Amino acid sequence: MSGLRRALSDGLLVAGRNLRRVPRIPELAIFAIIQSVIFVLLFAFVFGGAIPLPGGGSYREFLLPGIFVQTVFFACVTTAIGMTDDVNKGLIDRFRSLPMARSALLSGRALSDLVYNAGILIVLMVSGLAVGWRVHTGVLEFLAGAGLMLLVTFAMSWIGVWIGMNVPTVEVANQVGFMFIFPLTFVSNIFVPPETLPSWLQPVAEWNPASVLTAALRQLWGNPNPYVADGLPAEHPVLITVAWTVVLLAVFAPLGVRRFRALSR
Amino acid sequence: MDAVVAEGLVKTYTTRAGTVRALDGLDLVVPEGAVLGLLGPNGAGKTTTVRILATLLRPDGGRATVAGHDVVAEAQAVRASIGLSGQYAAVDENLTGEENLVLFGRLYRLSKADAHARARELLEQFALTAAARRVVKTYSGGMRRRLDLACALTGRPRLLFLDEPTTGLDPRSRNALWDVIRDRVRQGATVLLTTQYLEEADALATSIAVVDHGTIIARGTADELKAQIGGERIEVVVHDPAALPRAREILARDAGDDCRVDDRARRIVVPAHGGVLRLMQILRDLEAAAIALDDVGLRRPTLDDVFLTLTGHAAEDGGNGAGAGNADGGAP
Ligand SMILES: Nc1ncnc2c1ncn2[C@@H]1O[C@H](COP(=O)(O)OP(=O)(O)OP(=O)(O)O)[C@@H](O)[C@H]1O
Ligand SMILES: [Mg+2]
Repeated sequence: MSGLRRALSDGLLVAGRNLRRVPRIPELAIFAIIQSVIFVLLFAFVFGGAIPLPGGGSYREFLLPGIFVQTVFFACVTTAIGMTDDVNKGLIDRFRSLPMARSALLSGRALSDLVYNAGILIVLMVSGLAVGWRVHTGVLEFLAGAGLMLLVTFAMSWIGVWIGMNVPTVEVANQVGFMFIFPLTFVSNIFVPPETLPSWLQPVAEWNPASVLTAALRQLWGNPNPYVADGLPAEHPVLITVAWTVVLLAVFAPLGVRRFRALSR
Repeated sequence: MDAVVAEGLVKTYTTRAGTVRALDGLDLVVPEGAVLGLLGPNGAGKTTTVRILATLLRPDGGRATVAGHDVVAEAQAVRASIGLSGQYAAVDENLTGEENLVLFGRLYRLSKADAHARARELLEQFALTAAARRVVKTYSGGMRRRLDLACALTGRPRLLFLDEPTTGLDPRSRNALWDVIRDRVRQGATVLLTTQYLEEADALATSIAVVDHGTIIARGTADELKAQIGGERIEVVVHDPAALPRAREILARDAGDDCRVDDRARRIVVPAHGGVLRLMQILRDLEAAAIALDDVGLRRPTLDDVFLTLTGHAAEDGGNGAGAGNADGGAP
């Protein structure tokens, strides 16, 4: 078998192994979904009326793409925890002694978490439909948005791989993961229109990958999409999202691989 | 050809509290088809050695080849010929026993059908068939250990590295495992196993290497080592602490220097040159001296006896934990 095919088939084996734990520990997925639903309820019903959207539009339709994006960013925590757990339980070492493709341990993790998070996103979208969120454009735009979410999920998982290999315990992985994504998802256009933020935070919120992806989804799906200034992120959110993904992958994938190699030090 | 050759292995760990020289020029040779028992106390460097040979850890100095391949430069070729079972069972808790074995089989490049057949075979061999469909989380410690060992065998490796394979196993499982290992050896496998029990090394190994503070301090067959340390021991526990010196005199009569007295336990240990006859002689002498005994017996030599004879000190915990520093004055 050629090196690449081997890397692929081993990656699939590892991903399959990771995914088997989902039905074995259903609480994992259930609470991930409940958490997102709570966010929807909190913001849609508690703050929804109090936050006026410039240019009008339904707050719930504005909010839901952001909630999906928040879930996309959580992939970083999921992956970090899975990685740390495998390192600490000696499984990574165990696999490293096998004649398998070593890349499979990282790519398999990123792949399984991509599938897992895609499943969670599907459940969330269905819940979104129930509270009034709609895609107002076409099937192609919907698929483009979904593809974009998966792309960013994948990049987030590589950040998670890197975090997971750098922290001593699952608890720390959890904390560091949230430390990464909370500022990103809150200093953004997810919950409030960016113009309500202090002016010095506005550029941050504008360029933040979470905002850019959210804006891209709103644009693609025809959901309310208020933006402060015109500028690159406002005008080309899809493009900027793809650029962000490339940058994040280019930085964090090699970092993760380097930490992985350092295991044998 | 030699299946394993290690020359001058050095490994230093760096921790916040300082550095630990875990291996200090360790040399090792395991001929093809042999079983080498790496015998040593806690912290001697057994696990470190196994991890280097299994390509999990890079040595800081020295070199090693396994199945003819360099463990650093040709690591992937090494991995293709070995099966490793580490000191702590590392199997996926969220998979069933069977799923674990099939996964390992597939990663060892068996076809799907072969991986399943091999899994069934190993479950049978390790008495896990009844638990095959249960999630490993529900396994007992010994069951996990057995599954872990079975995983190491899925690829039918030519070389087996087993780090304290019988720790945590009950006597029956231990004997069963010994049989499995012997069976593998009959089929041509080479085995390197670590243990803290002389008895285990004796039961399995064709030769033994005693490791202490990261170097090999003795090597030979079990018989050679036992001859060197004087075979069985006579152990008596006197009733009255005041009688210890007198008892010691009697026991040490022809034991020479090799007489150990533990004041707190009121125990005296001497080599049993002459076996039962010598024991009876000692008992008669003690009776004549009216020294009351709480316990008396002949026992096999232990790791402690090996160390006392070879190094002059008991097998101490070499695992100088954080802050304790290197008691042996190793490199800082
Ligand atoms: N990851 C590590 N970081 C720092 N020091 C370590 C590490 N692993 C091992 N050591 C130290 O290296 C030395 C050798 O350890 P090793 O695990 O090889 O011993 P061992 O012979 O397997 O002991 P045991 O019988 O307790 O398993 C010990 O002093 C130990 O404290
Ligand atoms: Mg050990």
